[in-house]
Amino acid sequence: MKKTSADVLPAGGGSGNEPLLAVDDLHVEFHTRAGVVRAVNGVSYTVRAGETLAVLGESGSGKSVTAQAIMGILDMPPAVIPKGEIRFKGTDVLKLSERDRTQVRGERIAMIFQDALSALNPVFTVGWQISEMFRVHRGMSKGAAMKKAVELMDRVRIPAAKQRVHDYPHQFSGGMRQRIMIAMSIALDPEVLIADEPTTALDVTVQAQIMELLAELQRESQMGLILITHDLGVVADVADKIAVMYGGRIVENAPVHDIYKAPAHPYTKGLLDSIPRVDQKGQELYAIKGLPPNLLSMPTGCAFHPRCPYRQENCVTDTPPLYEISGTRGSACHYWREVLDGERQ
Amino acid sequence: MSNPTPLDGPGLEEGKTMVADAPAAPAPGREGRRRHAKKEAKPASLWTDAWHDLRRRPMFIISVIIILILLVMAVWPSLFTSIDPFDARTCDLSAARQGPGPGHLFGRDNLGCDLYARTIYGARNSIVIGVLTTVLTAIIGGLFGIFAGYRGGAIDTLASRITEVFFAIPSVLGALLIASTLRGKYNSILLVILALSVLGWPMVYRIMRAAVITAKSQDFVVAAKALGAGSGRIMFRHLLPNSLASVIVVATINLGTYIAAEAALSFLGVGVQSPDISWGLMIADARDRFITAPLPLVFPALFLSITVLAFIMMGDAVRDALDPKLR
Repeated sequence: MKKTSADVLPAGGGSGNEPLLAVDDLHVEFHTRAGVVRAVNGVSYTVRAGETLAVLGESGSGKSVTAQAIMGILDMPPAVIPKGEIRFKGTDVLKLSERDRTQVRGERIAMIFQDALSALNPVFTVGWQISEMFRVHRGMSKGAAMKKAVELMDRVRIPAAKQRVHDYPHQFSGGMRQRIMIAMSIALDPEVLIADEPTTALDVTVQAQIMELLAELQRESQMGLILITHDLGVVADVADKIAVMYGGRIVENAPVHDIYKAPAHPYTKGLLDSIPRVDQKGQELYAIKGLPPNLLSMPTGCAFHPRCPYRQENCVTDTPPLYEISGTRGSACHYWREVLDGERQ
Repeated sequence: MSNPTPLDGPGLEEGKTMVADAPAAPAPGREGRRRHAKKEAKPASLWTDAWHDLRRRPMFIISVIIILILLVMAVWPSLFTSIDPFDARTCDLSAARQGPGPGHLFGRDNLGCDLYARTIYGARNSIVIGVLTTVLTAIIGGLFGIFAGYRGGAIDTLASRITEVFFAIPSVLGALLIASTLRGKYNSILLVILALSVLGWPMVYRIMRAAVITAKSQDFVVAAKALGAGSGRIMFRHLLPNSLASVIVVATINLGTYIAAEAALSFLGVGVQSPDISWGLMIADARDRFITAPLPLVFPALFLSITVLAFIMMGDAVRDALDPKLR
C-alpha cells in the first residue's frame, strides 16, 4: 500500500504545548570551491497553529535557506546540514527518508515562491497544474481534480475561474499568478505554509491584496504561516511575531508590536529608521552604513559589528548569544539595553 | 489605426499589437481569444503557437506535402505502380538500360527491370531506416539525457565521457565498421538502423542534457518539488515537456541525414543488400555505367535528394517556430 503522510507524521492537532513547527539550532553550510559558506548558523524559531511568523532580513541573511531546509529542497550537495533539528509536531523531518519527506511536502508543509511566473510550469494550463496536486496526492480522477481546481481558484478570488482554468500561466497578471501559486500550495490543506517573499515581484496595491488573502486563508484553516520578507511594511499588519536575521543568525525575535515600538538590536533599529516617513519630507533617508557580510569570511564576534553604531571593543571578539529580554523576546546584542532605551539617532 | 478592418485578416503580422483595434473590430470566437493572448506578446502555449506559426510557412507546408506523399509511397507502393519489382518476370535483360517509354516511365536499369517501380519501392526501406533510427536515437539519447541532466554528478560525468568517445568517431566510418563487422548475422536493414543509432544517440543526449540542465534550475521545478512531486514526476512531467522542443528539432533534421547515411552505406556495399531495394543500393548499382546510361542513377538520386531536403526543411521550419528568438 502507498504510504500516506499520516503514516509518516502524526496527524491531528499536535500535543498541547508543542508548537506545530520548531526549528532548533539549525546550521546549513554550502561546500563550494571557494570554501565553506555558512549560510545559516544556529537558527531557532517556532510556529504554532494559526500563528504568523515573519522572518525578516536582507539578501544573504539565510532566511530563504532556512525555509528551503524546512522544505527539504536544498541541493545536497553542495548544501550540508551539520547540526540542528526541524521538528514538525515533534518529529525531526531531517531524519526522515527522502521518500517520506516527499510525502510531507505539499501535504503537511507547503511553500509559495517569490516569482509565480517562473514557479509555474509554462507548458501546462494552470488548471492542469492545480489539479495535479489532487491527482498525485489524492488519486482523484481528472474530472474531479479539475472541479477542485476551479473551487480553489474561486477560493483565492480569481474571477471567472471556470473559464480561466484552461489558460496558461503567462496569460495571467502577476497578482493572479501569485493567487494560482497560493491555490496550488493550499490545495492539500497543509498545516504549515511558508511564503518566501510572496509579494516582492508585485506592485504595492496587489501586494496588499495578496497579503490580505493569505491572512484570510490562514484564519479559515488555522495553518501556521512563515512569511519570509525584507519588507517591513508588509509585516506590520499580518505578523504575530518577527524574527530578524542577519548573517545567518537570528539577531532579534519579538512579538510584532514590541519590535515596532522599540527595537532591541541595532540592526533592527537601523531597518526601522530607514523606512521613509511622511514627516521626514526633504530630509536625507537613513541608511545602514557598510555592506552585508561576506558569508565566506564572516566578521569575528558579532557579525554586525563593522556596521554597528553601538559597537564596543568586545563586539569584535565575543559573539553575542540571544539574550532573553522577556519571555517572548530576545536580542543578540551585548548592548541591547542601550539600544532599547536609546534615543533615535 | 484609422481603418482596422482590412488589417484584421489572417495576414496580420504577429508582432503588431492588437490593443488599438480590439474594441473596434472584435474578432469572433476562438480567433478573438488568440488575438487577445497575443497582446501579451507571448505564445498561447509553446505548441499551439508553434503550430499557428508553422501553418503560415510555405516551406513547412511544401515539405509536409512531400513527406506525406513519400509516406504513402512507402506504405502502399502498389498505389503508384502496377509492376512488382520483386517479380523477376517483370525484368527483361535484353531491354537493359532502355530509355523512358510507354509502360516504363523512367526506363529500365542494368538488369532490364523497371526503374520507376524500383524507385517507388525503394522509398520504403529508406524511410523505415530514417524514421526508426530517429526514434531509436531520440529514445536512447533522450532518456540518458534526462537522467544525466537531472541527477548530475558521477552519472552525468560518466555518460558525458562515453558520448565524447562516440563523437570522436566519424559517423559513416563508424557505421561502416559496425555494419561490416556484423554483416550477414542480422537482417541488413536492421543492421543499418543499429549502426546508425549507436552512433547517432550521443547527439540527442547532448541536446537533451543541456536543455534539462537549463530547465532544472528554473523555479517551477523547485516549486514542483516543494509541493510534493517525486523525481519521476519532475523528470517526465516538468523537465521533459520543457526540453522536448530542441530534441524534436534536431531529430527531424537528423532524419534526413540518416536517410542519406543509409544511401551512403548501401552505396559502399554494407547497407541494404539485394534483393531488397533501396535508393542507395540503386545508385551503387548504376554508377558503373553512369556515362552511357545516367538515368538509373539520376532518378533514385533525385528522390533521395528530395526526401532529405523535405525532412531538413521541415526540421528547419519546426526549429524556427519553436524558438522565439529566431522569429
